[in-house]
Amino acid sequence: MQSSNDRSRRAGGGPDGGTDHGAVPGRAYVETAPGPRYDGPRYDDPWYDALASGWGESDGPGATVPAPSPVRRETAGEPSRAAADVYLEVQRSAAFQEVRRRYRRFVVPAVAAFLLWYVAYVVAATTAPALMARPVAGAVNVAMVAGLGQFLTTFLLTWAYARHARLRRDRAALELRWDTQELTRGVRGGAS
Amino acid sequence: MTGDHQTLALLLFSTFVAVTLGITTWVGRHRHGSAEEFYAGGRLFSPMENGFAISGDYMSAASFLGISGLIALYGYDGMLYSVGFLVAWLVVLFLVAELVRNCGRFTLADVVAARMRERPVRIAAGISSVTVSVLYLVAQMVGAGSLVALLLGGTSEAARTWTVIGVGALMVIYVSLGGMRATTWIQIVKAVLLLGGTVALTALVLVRFHGDVDRLLRTAAERSGHGEAFLAPGLAYGGDWVSRFDFISLGLALVLGTAGLPHILSRFYTVPTARAARRSVVWSIGLIGGFYLMTIVLGFGAAALVGPDTVRASNAAGNTAVPLLALDLGGGAQSTGGTVLFAVVAAVAFATILAVVAGITLASSASVAHDLYASLRRRHSKPRSEVAVARVASVGIGAVAIGLGLLARDLNVAFLVGLAFAVAASANLPVLLYSLFWRGFTTRGAVWAVYGGLVPSVVLVLLSPVVSGSPQSLFPGLDLQYFPLQNPGLVSIPLGFLAGWLGTVTSPEPPDEAKHAETEVRSLTGAGAV
Repeated sequence: MQSSNDRSRRAGGGPDGGTDHGAVPGRAYVETAPGPRYDGPRYDDPWYDALASGWGESDGPGATVPAPSPVRRETAGEPSRAAADVYLEVQRSAAFQEVRRRYRRFVVPAVAAFLLWYVAYVVAATTAPALMARPVAGAVNVAMVAGLGQFLTTFLLTWAYARHARLRRDRAALELRWDTQELTRGVRGGAS
Repeated sequence: MTGDHQTLALLLFSTFVAVTLGITTWVGRHRHGSAEEFYAGGRLFSPMENGFAISGDYMSAASFLGISGLIALYGYDGMLYSVGFLVAWLVVLFLVAELVRNCGRFTLADVVAARMRERPVRIAAGISSVTVSVLYLVAQMVGAGSLVALLLGGTSEAARTWTVIGVGALMVIYVSLGGMRATTWIQIVKAVLLLGGTVALTALVLVRFHGDVDRLLRTAAERSGHGEAFLAPGLAYGGDWVSRFDFISLGLALVLGTAGLPHILSRFYTVPTARAARRSVVWSIGLIGGFYLMTIVLGFGAAALVGPDTVRASNAAGNTAVPLLALDLGGGAQSTGGTVLFAVVAAVAFATILAVVAGITLASSASVAHDLYASLRRRHSKPRSEVAVARVASVGIGAVAIGLGLLARDLNVAFLVGLAFAVAASANLPVLLYSLFWRGFTTRGAVWAVYGGLVPSVVLVLLSPVVSGSPQSLFPGLDLQYFPLQNPGLVSIPLGFLAGWLGTVTSPEPPDEAKHAETEVRSLTGAGAV
């Protein structure tokens, strides 16, 4: 199952941009939301996600469900299929495997690196106090530098992860979410 | 402490209680009574709000008073705690937050049960979540008791007892009437208060040393009587090998436990999407990291300005270091500034405890109602509303926490928190990671992973020096001590992972490919997320 390009909301922005917005049908949804409201266009605004997810699918049973597009219906195959098959099919699709590969290729090395660095820090602090007490500059010693280094690497990794997810994963994942939801809706005959 | 301190602190604290009760009634005014509303606050909080609420849930009195106190007494070794508490958030951000938001509805068990036979998995995950929450609650109750003892000057037993009961009653009111929405707003108010107080104190410390951190560290080292050794590890955990292994065990529990804490996991359901969950974690990492950096300054500041001997004389565990520092920064015990700052710090610490306690109670009542009650009730009995059960459960959990809090009132707060983290890391984290990432994981594996982490961690605590066999134990008269470490993490976390693997390998049923596909697709894309 390939990602589609038949939707109007795919209006602009480069392949990596976060300008994936303009979901007009969701507007009403946000107006009724009891939470705080933001003024002006905020493209990285999380409420945009709320629009995207709230539209049709997760609004609860009372929501109006837009009919799946004919293109979707065709790729969905015979309508009697179980929803489980949809997930298997999506899982095998190249688009999903790409998203999963991007996620894992960032997360696995990053987790290994920071766990190793943290365990090394704890073990060094408990077993090699002499090394940790070596002065660096003024009253600051190796232990102090290592401790503040843990803070610094945590902040840096957080930033790197958020950036990687925003640029490399969010758009593809959202597209897959739409496709998958349309497929399962097709299977269940419009009542999801 | 003089009467002025007490009056002002009680006044400020009463204001906080009044404001939070106001929030609760205001929120309760238009509640719908749906599970969505009660457990997840309607799922429409913004990432920034949720980020503040997460940090409010996480920055407990144990960190505010406990870590700065440990730094004031033992120098560098206290800092090791704050590093562990912060680095743990990378596990949450990378492996848990988004995927849990996409797969689950209200609790940890939702994520696991989606792939497995529902009943046994729900019961297991529900039991372990409630155990972790109750342990964490007890720690906060004990903290409240010792704080009021400090505030009222004496160690009057009656005052402590009534404080614990009062905190328990308040939290039950917040949770049963306000649900997640009220709890979240209370966390936000508390986080702002706590951060504001910490920023003000840190600024005052830095101003006192004219912004010269080097001089601050040197003065602290001189005043401590340990010299350079105060700024290097080893003063608290550098003794024999048992205490070193104990520390490694604690470090492991801290970094892996956060991702298994039920009240942290349930916070991700209060935002609309996985992306919002990620952004709220980014917010909270910023806030929590800044907070812990400031507690380091406060700890060394207390060592330099108050002196470890004075701190120790006031409270042997160091919990009073920050209030004493505030008194000194304001101009001393007799000055107005000192009185005001002291009262503010005491009130902020109290507010902290109250808010954290409310968050945990909500998470555990969700586990009782959504996981345990839903699985265990008899088929033919009249189905009650889940939310009604959750409200009753919060009363029951409040009663249990009050009872245990009174029993454990002499244990160290930071240490009790460490235990809760160890149980969370052993019982909750393995099953969560396996079900999110392991294709071959089965129902038996899930059940074994939970019990295989929960039972060893609890049993090892019962056999540890915490419970018996040493003068500081809960029951000093008994001797059941067979396990040398205070924190079981080093043994029980690997056991939890091992049990999950073993259960899966020996499982007679094959893993459900389709359910795995569903979990994987949903967790990474958000398809079908509520």
